[in-house]
Amino acid sequence: MSQQIYHHTFDNGLTLLAERMDHVRSAALNFLVPAGCVYDPDNEVGVASVLSEMITRGAGERDSRALSLALDNLGVDRDESVGQLHQRFWGATLASNIPAALEIYADILRRPHLPKDELEPVRALALQDLQALQDDYKSMVMVELRRRHWPLPLGRDRRGTPQTLKRITPASVRKHYERTFGPQGMIVSVAGNIDWPRLKDQIERLFGDWQAPASPALKLTKAVNGRGHVAKDTAQTQIAIAYPSVPFGHPDYYAAQGAVQVLSGGMGSRLFTEVREKRNLCYAVWASYQTFKDRACVLAYAGTTNERAQETLDVTVVELKRLAKGVTAEEVERVRAGLKSSVIMQEESTSARAGALASDWYYLGRVRPVEEVQAAIDGLTPEQIVSYVKKHPPRDMTVVTLGPTALK
Amino acid sequence: MSFQQHTLDNGLNVIGEISPSARSVALGFFVRTGARDEAPDVSGVSHFLEHMVFKGTPRRTSFDVNCDFDRIGANYNAFTSEENTVFYAAVLPEYVPQAVDILADILRPSLRGEDFDGEKKVILEEIAMYEDQPMWCAYDHAKKAYFADHPLGNSVLGSVASIQGLTRDQMQAYYDRRYIGPNITVAAAGNFDWPELVNLIQQHCGAWPSGKAPRKGIRPAPGHESFRVVPKDKVQQEHVFLISPAPAANAPLRHAADVLAMILGDDTGSRLHWALVDPGLADSADVSFHDYEGTGSFFTSLSCAPEQTQKNLSILRGIFRQIQADGVSAAELAQAKSKVLSRIVRASERPMGRMQALGMAWTYLGEYRSMDDELKAFEAVTAKKLRQVLDRYPFTEMATLALGPLTKLRKPR
Repeated sequence: MSQQIYHHTFDNGLTLLAERMDHVRSAALNFLVPAGCVYDPDNEVGVASVLSEMITRGAGERDSRALSLALDNLGVDRDESVGQLHQRFWGATLASNIPAALEIYADILRRPHLPKDELEPVRALALQDLQALQDDYKSMVMVELRRRHWPLPLGRDRRGTPQTLKRITPASVRKHYERTFGPQGMIVSVAGNIDWPRLKDQIERLFGDWQAPASPALKLTKAVNGRGHVAKDTAQTQIAIAYPSVPFGHPDYYAAQGAVQVLSGGMGSRLFTEVREKRNLCYAVWASYQTFKDRACVLAYAGTTNERAQETLDVTVVELKRLAKGVTAEEVERVRAGLKSSVIMQEESTSARAGALASDWYYLGRVRPVEEVQAAIDGLTPEQIVSYVKKHPPRDMTVVTLGPTALK
Repeated sequence: MSFQQHTLDNGLNVIGEISPSARSVALGFFVRTGARDEAPDVSGVSHFLEHMVFKGTPRRTSFDVNCDFDRIGANYNAFTSEENTVFYAAVLPEYVPQAVDILADILRPSLRGEDFDGEKKVILEEIAMYEDQPMWCAYDHAKKAYFADHPLGNSVLGSVASIQGLTRDQMQAYYDRRYIGPNITVAAAGNFDWPELVNLIQQHCGAWPSGKAPRKGIRPAPGHESFRVVPKDKVQQEHVFLISPAPAANAPLRHAADVLAMILGDDTGSRLHWALVDPGLADSADVSFHDYEGTGSFFTSLSCAPEQTQKNLSILRGIFRQIQADGVSAAELAQAKSKVLSRIVRASERPMGRMQALGMAWTYLGEYRSMDDELKAFEAVTAKKLRQVLDRYPFTEMATLALGPLTKLRKPR
């Protein structure tokens, strides 16, 4: 069954991507707007998060309640989130309701009311979000890890601080919207049971005449890196590690992914086997890959009771480094099988496909056909992975722990 | 889409829904056993046993189990609840024989002593992990307060003391009683061949023991009205649970109960959302319907700044009072139905979603429910049925539990 993938970039810089999936009744839509928290002014960090919460509180002809009701009546399950570089608007429902949902999203993105009297409730939510982070130790250790590992503003936490949140005004939210929202660099992707010519015409009608300047350029500082500890009276110590990898689109990208999969692809992978199965040191241990356009890293995590935390950290680091000493053919075979089935099963999820279309486009400027991904996975070899790890060994590690005592 | 069913001589049930357009197959072994089936001295054994199932058989070490699943690219895991222990895997169609071979093999685990001792440490880590999650602690305390001595009040994880005291032989005895043919349902959904699946299950599971695995204490949980504050000074936000009675898993009113929970406390457009989250008074507030064998409950949860908690409890009280008095509007009912329709259709597009639904329906109802059956049942929910739910299961007698920095709260009037 061949994929039916479509693409069009409009004159104003907006890109539309679609995949028609005949075997489903639903469709998912995904707007990627280059308006992430890195563009927040330094003295108002958190404004992107505030804007993302405000922007659905009334748009076009509808007030906040009417807008929410209209989406609910279309059965749109949805989420708005703020990442480092993008704000994402995701929605999924029956394919027959997608055209009506797109009309509403056009209002949200282009004609938000950003009502003044909604700022205080939204600010209260933002402050609670910050407070709730203090009860969520896993997220907290990752926030601190990113802050140390990446240069600012790439490593900043989108939540801001109580001080920066207090400075935000209705006028600054509006100004921030005007500065960061526009068609240039924006990606709209839709996957599911859709009709391409109609979709393209509709997007052109809704967004084709939108003109706005591109998002401002970024200036990066130097990363802090090194070791950090957050003192907390907890039952478990949280351990988080980051070290450099190659970004999505790099010639060694698949080898880098393969290396992470050898570490953490399935329950037979190295971290699970060595840290949990053989030594019973923890319940949760994993590694994953995170990328920006020009840089990437491997993230590793383990949570364990305090008295066993030092051993857990030591064993984990040994395993990360041991990759360079060799990978077996059997391990690579398992990695290939895992990646192959996830690529195929992705075709059963409209949300997963809508997300994949947008991320391929953002990083590569094109959508990879499934055959290309398949061939790259099939071509993975132990030699390729080992040679990648030797070129990019786990070094310059950023290590952050959270718990009663710091580790060595 | 077609449904098939077959019972082996030992009583094990096999059910399947074949969907030729699917890209994968999801397989699940549903064992009708969980925390409610545990005596106090083996509290946590169902969940610990779920872990031990992955630790190997006479044919496989635990490393073999994990590698064999990985080698076929399986997306696999297991979970334990108060009533079920479920082992599942999603695979590409060509790997069904291997997936059945592994799943059926591990369901007859060796329960080796050294694996038992090692995995005990992992279970204790899991308990410690949850101890650091205040919302989960509040849930666990609230459940105990509400269900009291009803078996549904049993903890799935068990306690540090019960896990430390548990022996391999106690686990073996529990296993022998509960993991028998008539207590297990194998559910499959996706793109597979039915006769081939039945043959595989017969070949691998035909010799499993039969017998009876009765479940004791199937009765309504009237619920205990209570109001309790658990002070935890290291926690920042106040985490509150309110539990009240609801229809059971096989009750004709269960779809109406689900719709009612959605109108009250879904994450968009619900009464709690507009009253608490939208104005910034709470960072989360929701209502969900949990159905069990013989009873059910509505779980209302709230997380907010400590100083706002007292006021929020009064607001909640007002919302419940109003819905008890006035019921719901036609617009709210239509809105909830649109959401349900979209969610069911989307969940059913993945074999994993259908397999879970099939297995649960068979376990609780002993019948096949197609996606269209479910859609029709929700379509048939009326304001009158919601009224019946409110009358029979009023949101008045609730167990309330707050965990966080507060040391006291007044029960709202």
